[in-house]
Amino acid sequence: MNANAVHTLWTSAAADPISKIPSPTIEYAQLAPVMIVIGAAVIGIVVEAFAPRRARYHIQLWLTVVALGAAFASVVALAVGGYATTKQTSVAMGALAVDGPALFLQGVILLSGVLAAFTFAERRLDRAHGKRVDSFVAQAGAVPGSEAEQAAVKAGFATTEVFPLMLFAVGGMIVFPAANDLLTLFIALEVFSLPLYLMCALARRRRLMSQESAVKYFLLGAFSSAFLLFGIALLYGYSGSVSYAVIADVVDGTLISNDPVLAQTMGNDALLLIGMALVLMGLLFKVGAVPFHMWTPDVYQGAPTPVTGFMAAATKVAAFGALLRLLYVVLPGMRWDWRPVMWGVAIATMVVGAIVAVTQTDVKRLLAYSSVAHAGFILAGVIAATPAGVSSVLFYLAAYSFVTIGAFAVVTLVRDAGGEATHLSKWAGLGRRSPLVAAVFAVFLLAFAGIPLTSGFSGKFAVFSAAAEGGAGALVIIGVLSSAVAAFFYVRVIVLMFFSEPRADGPTVTVPSPLTMSVIGVGVVVTVVLGVAPQYFLDLAGQASVFVR
Amino acid sequence: MSFPLLTATAALPAIGAIVTAAVPAARSRSDGDGPRGSGTAKVVALLFSVATFVLAMTVLVRFEPGGARYQLTESYDWIPAFGVRYELGVDGIGVALIALTALLIPFVILAGWRDADHLENSSRRWRPTQGFFALILMVEAMVILSFEATDVFLFYLFFEAMLIPMYFLIGGFGDRASGTDEAQAATQRSYAAVKFLLYNLAGGLIMLAAVIGLYSVAGTFSLSEIAQARADGTLEMAASTEKWLFLGFFFAFAIKAPLWPLHTWLPNAMGEATAPVAVLITAVVDKVGTFAMLRFCLGLFPEASKWATPVVLVLALVSIIYGALLAVGQRDIKRLVAYASISHFGFIILGIFAMTSQGQSGATLYMVNHGLSTAALMLVAGFLISRRGSRLIADYGGVQKVAPVLAGTFLVGSLATLSLPGLAPFVSEFLVLVGTFTRYPVIGIIATVGIVLGALYTLVLYQRTMTGPVKPSVAKMPDLKVRELAVIGPLIALLLFLGVYPKPLTELVDPAVGHTLSDVQQKDPKPDVEAAK
Repeated sequence: MNANAVHTLWTSAAADPISKIPSPTIEYAQLAPVMIVIGAAVIGIVVEAFAPRRARYHIQLWLTVVALGAAFASVVALAVGGYATTKQTSVAMGALAVDGPALFLQGVILLSGVLAAFTFAERRLDRAHGKRVDSFVAQAGAVPGSEAEQAAVKAGFATTEVFPLMLFAVGGMIVFPAANDLLTLFIALEVFSLPLYLMCALARRRRLMSQESAVKYFLLGAFSSAFLLFGIALLYGYSGSVSYAVIADVVDGTLISNDPVLAQTMGNDALLLIGMALVLMGLLFKVGAVPFHMWTPDVYQGAPTPVTGFMAAATKVAAFGALLRLLYVVLPGMRWDWRPVMWGVAIATMVVGAIVAVTQTDVKRLLAYSSVAHAGFILAGVIAATPAGVSSVLFYLAAYSFVTIGAFAVVTLVRDAGGEATHLSKWAGLGRRSPLVAAVFAVFLLAFAGIPLTSGFSGKFAVFSAAAEGGAGALVIIGVLSSAVAAFFYVRVIVLMFFSEPRADGPTVTVPSPLTMSVIGVGVVVTVVLGVAPQYFLDLAGQASVFVR
Repeated sequence: MSFPLLTATAALPAIGAIVTAAVPAARSRSDGDGPRGSGTAKVVALLFSVATFVLAMTVLVRFEPGGARYQLTESYDWIPAFGVRYELGVDGIGVALIALTALLIPFVILAGWRDADHLENSSRRWRPTQGFFALILMVEAMVILSFEATDVFLFYLFFEAMLIPMYFLIGGFGDRASGTDEAQAATQRSYAAVKFLLYNLAGGLIMLAAVIGLYSVAGTFSLSEIAQARADGTLEMAASTEKWLFLGFFFAFAIKAPLWPLHTWLPNAMGEATAPVAVLITAVVDKVGTFAMLRFCLGLFPEASKWATPVVLVLALVSIIYGALLAVGQRDIKRLVAYASISHFGFIILGIFAMTSQGQSGATLYMVNHGLSTAALMLVAGFLISRRGSRLIADYGGVQKVAPVLAGTFLVGSLATLSLPGLAPFVSEFLVLVGTFTRYPVIGIIATVGIVLGALYTLVLYQRTMTGPVKPSVAKMPDLKVRELAVIGPLIALLLFLGVYPKPLTELVDPAVGHTLSDVQQKDPKPDVEAAK
């Protein structure tokens, strides 16, 4: 059954008898990644309810990693099976696309998920009552500072719910860039946002700050969801459908329906423009683009660092995937309308992100603003509106997510009595005390700064050259200048670590378990490999750059 | 497939850097007897640098000056998606500069033999000696690669990447502070390092935009392919595009070179770094800037180069005079040499953009000779400073009575810096001036003022530090040691040799200069010369 038939069903079905509803066709094989992840999340909830407390941690960790690994394997199988290139298709009655960009980004998100799960499970960094504990609150329901909290800590409770929560988030995220109609897009957005709001509130240390960040994120996120939903309604009014393909046809003028119900609104450009703006707003919020970036610093700072790393990497990948699909599949005919706006957003994002980051004194806030600046660089590639633009963005996202998770994993290691020492002044002289950790962090910072032979450079070069070829030369110049500003604050951190005298009361670097070590190790290896020999991955992204319509 | 000689020349110091860094940490003794274990790292680094020199000499011998433009070429696909190839090749200019680099590094290492010692006993857990020498070798590898790269992207990569080890060398290793506050010295050092990095990084990023622009115009990064396309007339580059791209490249090289008014990072960097590192900056790393002007600015954008020539010449002239004037006024020996270098870089850029064969041959010779003469002067200055622990000229006086050999070598270095006839820099400075004069007589005449000022700052420096009554603080100054003599002796010998017999060098360089001039479609203005007669 094709998409059009479904939509006529939704729009003019009132007159038809119920018996005409066909049974939906579900392509289980192509939906396997999503179903594995969501299924594992549901099992995780059951484990949480029935498994004994002591066993939960190990069960959850194994379940999560195995599920993510299996989902990744099925993504790879689909890609090898040609679904990324020749056999690309849309499944579940047109709701989800199985094509190159979707599979590529799903792969990236799943791998980020595995790494994030490792950092979630890290238990050697912090201690409470002599027990090794992870970064999450003992009992989320206990009021901070209350006796109930102390009792929970003393009893050694652990919030193993984060694992199923993360699986749900990953499940939403892998649907998000594959969503092929606006409703699926919205549902995926909610599915990954709600667990994230929750996880932000679960920090073991500095709980009030963590909860505050969650509330901020939730309120602003709810607003942006409302915008998105309103935009979807308007676009439906415009085209009589929520399907990307149908909207694109209406935009092109190839599909003209004479449905009496929609006669008033169909093809009304005002609806299209406003609807498009509202939907873009919702997506740009998740991406963290200026002027929708206000939540990033507070949330990045307040959330437990493993969650921040996961969020910074995977959310960005998912949201950019959805943005790409929306702009390239639904609105290519509207390029002349959205380009100036996106230009403005990209320029503002690069400039504001880079300049405001200069004044930051907290390493997590610094990385937050740096993520804003990076969103701007990626937007430059999005704006290119060419296949090279798509592949460059895909590559950039892959490169960026590994650097980000690695960098936040390093942040979790630097600790003093109050937990993680995120204030930059405490990082002074870290290179003298722990040369290895400082060197690794320097590698990540250099990658963020886009120094050659790191993945950051390959990514930046890819998006900028795509933008230049797509006729956005001015954007490239501004991007390069903001990179110069951005380089300043990355370098400042390196200076601080290597050339400043260590403080007497400075933090110590805790030796982590193999979990975090492997995360950081993978981060460094990917950073260097994508910097020195990126060809294979560029090819991969290049092959994966065609959207199904 | 033949032996990849160029790759080997660059890879050897890189491997050396890794091996040096891997030498086990020194066991610092508590009895104050000084470090012992780090000696191995020094020897390893020295051996690698000497081996690199041998390879560079092989390159020199294998290179046929009259042969193809780029020789010993290597070419492999690297990142086809970006059109990037691993393409190496050398012309006469490249060979000369590779030889200079490979020659200077052993002396830099030998001169910096004890520079990291005073950090060794601090309680920090890092390994200063290993780090210091590994970083020097890393810089050498990247500099050699950027002299060899015939792919614009590949060049850009190493041009940028060499900033990182350089940055740590400047920021991490200063002179042993005596009397001055160590914390203050550290602050100044890190300021100098950051300034160095930001200036050069900004230049590099601007160049990146131009590199991307070049790719979107030409569709390739390979110099030979671009030249071919230009010859076939298939390369369509609008005049305005060419100007913008030229500016992007030139800006980066002018910062690196450094050209007034983008020079301000150099005095800081050279002042705060140890003398061997200062030599590394000015004699080796900065040469990449002038070299790249010849190879990339002129080679890729001939029309835009001609368009920019008047402005560049004036800036070069300002550099010559301004650098010399500020050198006269310096109170700090190292900063004086830095400003003198700015003046000399003005001469080099003048020679390049005069667009005559004498000018460009002279400029290339100047790059080599400036490397040798500055190395000689700066390294002796470094020996002097390490004895007294002060960079201020006013702290010295009458040294020639106490340490005659030191004073003598310092004098030779000074005389080389002011281009005394009989010493190598004279030949190049003369050629640059002749080359400039034939095309731009007025600029040539004004440039000669730089020579007069050069005599002033070098001789005044010598007079104030070496002659006069012996200051009490230098009264017990020891003369040069064997290690120091081993550094300075060969350099002086080479300066003398090339001053008397520069022919091998000019023969090496001339054909390459001819190619560059044909790139910009310029011929020497013979009629003007005859008219002048």
